[in-house]
Amino acid sequence: MARAVTPQKKALWTVLAWIVGLIIFFPILWIILTSFKTEATAIADPPVWFFFDWTTENYGIVQDRSDYFRFLWNSVILSVGSTAVGILIAVPAAWSMAFVPGRRTKDILMWMLSTKMLPAVGVLFPIVLIAKWLNMYDSYILLIGVLTLINLPIIVWMLYTYFKEIPVDILEAARMDGATLRSEILYILTPMAIPGIASTVLLNIILAWNEAFWTLNLTTVSAAPLTKFIASYSSPEGLFFAKLSAASTMAIAPILILGWFSQKQLVRGLTFGAVK
Amino acid sequence: MATQHSRSAARLMMAPAVFVLLVWMLVPLIMTLYFSVLDYRPMRGAFDCCVGLSNYTSFLTSSAFLDSILVTLVMVGGILAITVVGGVALALLLDKPIWGQGIVRILVIAPFFVMPTVSALVWKNMFMDPVNGLLAHLWEFFGAEPISWLSDLPLFSIILIVSWQWLPFATLILLTAIQSLDSEQLEAAEMDGAPGYSRFLWIILPHMARAITVVILIQTIFLLSIFAEIFVTTNGAFGTRTLTYLVYQRVIESQNVGLGSAGGIIAVILANIVAIFLMRIVGKNLDA
Repeated sequence: MARAVTPQKKALWTVLAWIVGLIIFFPILWIILTSFKTEATAIADPPVWFFFDWTTENYGIVQDRSDYFRFLWNSVILSVGSTAVGILIAVPAAWSMAFVPGRRTKDILMWMLSTKMLPAVGVLFPIVLIAKWLNMYDSYILLIGVLTLINLPIIVWMLYTYFKEIPVDILEAARMDGATLRSEILYILTPMAIPGIASTVLLNIILAWNEAFWTLNLTTVSAAPLTKFIASYSSPEGLFFAKLSAASTMAIAPILILGWFSQKQLVRGLTFGAVK
Repeated sequence: MATQHSRSAARLMMAPAVFVLLVWMLVPLIMTLYFSVLDYRPMRGAFDCCVGLSNYTSFLTSSAFLDSILVTLVMVGGILAITVVGGVALALLLDKPIWGQGIVRILVIAPFFVMPTVSALVWKNMFMDPVNGLLAHLWEFFGAEPISWLSDLPLFSIILIVSWQWLPFATLILLTAIQSLDSEQLEAAEMDGAPGYSRFLWIILPHMARAITVVILIQTIFLLSIFAEIFVTTNGAFGTRTLTYLVYQRVIESQNVGLGSAGGIIAVILANIVAIFLMRIVGKNLDA
């Protein structure tokens, strides 16, 4: 914006924007603040803001009682695992769609996206049943599989939009020079595709981390990630604000930090390249 | 450039993705279809084959069904309205020259990364609780009677919670769209004496049209399957039962698999109607 703006106007916009920004961010700030209070200060009336005896005891209590680190570990395994499997399946598919498009490529892409719209409850019972038959209910394999499948359409789409921007001329030149399909992929495509793959990975980890239908319904203890960990604070522990806050802070902190780094990719990725 | 050889190689590379998605879509769906014509209630040991379409008729004719459709429409529509209007306003604000723009952006985008169970639980207990909630304190501060949000205004409360999560998404995308607008066009309009609102109406808004469509599209995909927010806050009580949640209750909570499966199939059919409609818009707006 090269337009001249008076300092007064700029100050006005700044104040307004900061107020709105802080209001939107406030619930998160409040969770973090409350997590360092004692239970008594947490429900003090009127509310206490910054000047209280800061304590970290809630974090210890939450870890002792609910074994936070096990859920954290499960969240990491499920989100990273499902992303890895998804990428493995999606890269070849997106590659071929972007570089060797056929008549039906667009239809296939549309169909894939439309599977995202199928209501999950419609198939919840059969999936639970199959999982129990195979003795895989509440297991990593099941959850990684399901999370991979629900996010696969998005992974394929994202990779497709990134791959399509790689200039085809380079590939043709390599082919003229006698490059095989394998070396084409290994030495030319891969280096150019890595940034796109990296953003896809980042975004998909966020989506899988926060997925809360299948993770709530297909896990009990051993494969349960942080979504389940927090849901267990629903009652009666939900009334203990300080502990709830400590648990919540621990559940969202890792992904919040990851998310802030991926703002730019978020726009591109989640709009499937329509908005850049 | 595509030789016969590379074409078949391409098909081979696409096969795993297409295959797993096809299995994922078809196998459970066929099972649900099968269950939907059974009288199947595991808790009572009932398993009668083939009651015809009676599950469908009883699901469709129950008052819960129509209510759930209405709740779904109000919920998704309400959230879309708040996030799109709010998103446009916020995007315009963040596009202004301000100090610390980067930080404000980080603050605004943050709620999007909060997992649904956390945001639902925190809003329910720490903000909307009629006794200890922060909103109750705020109401008292202004001398008003605190509202018990989730029992008096349950649907609105859930709309509020989910909108808080999705407003950042809409804002970020619309902001990106505004920033890609050619500023010379705006300057020219300004010099010709076009007032602020007409610049917004005739230049900025048309430029954002595509981004707005995309926001609506993608949010609808995610919002139709809202689950955790209802599960944690009202558990479907007080008129917050969406179609998704109604089916969930029939199958899992009342263990009436036959009836619930019929509901599931109906939900799938309705979702497909929405999907066909949305996909047409996608085709125009995404360059596949």
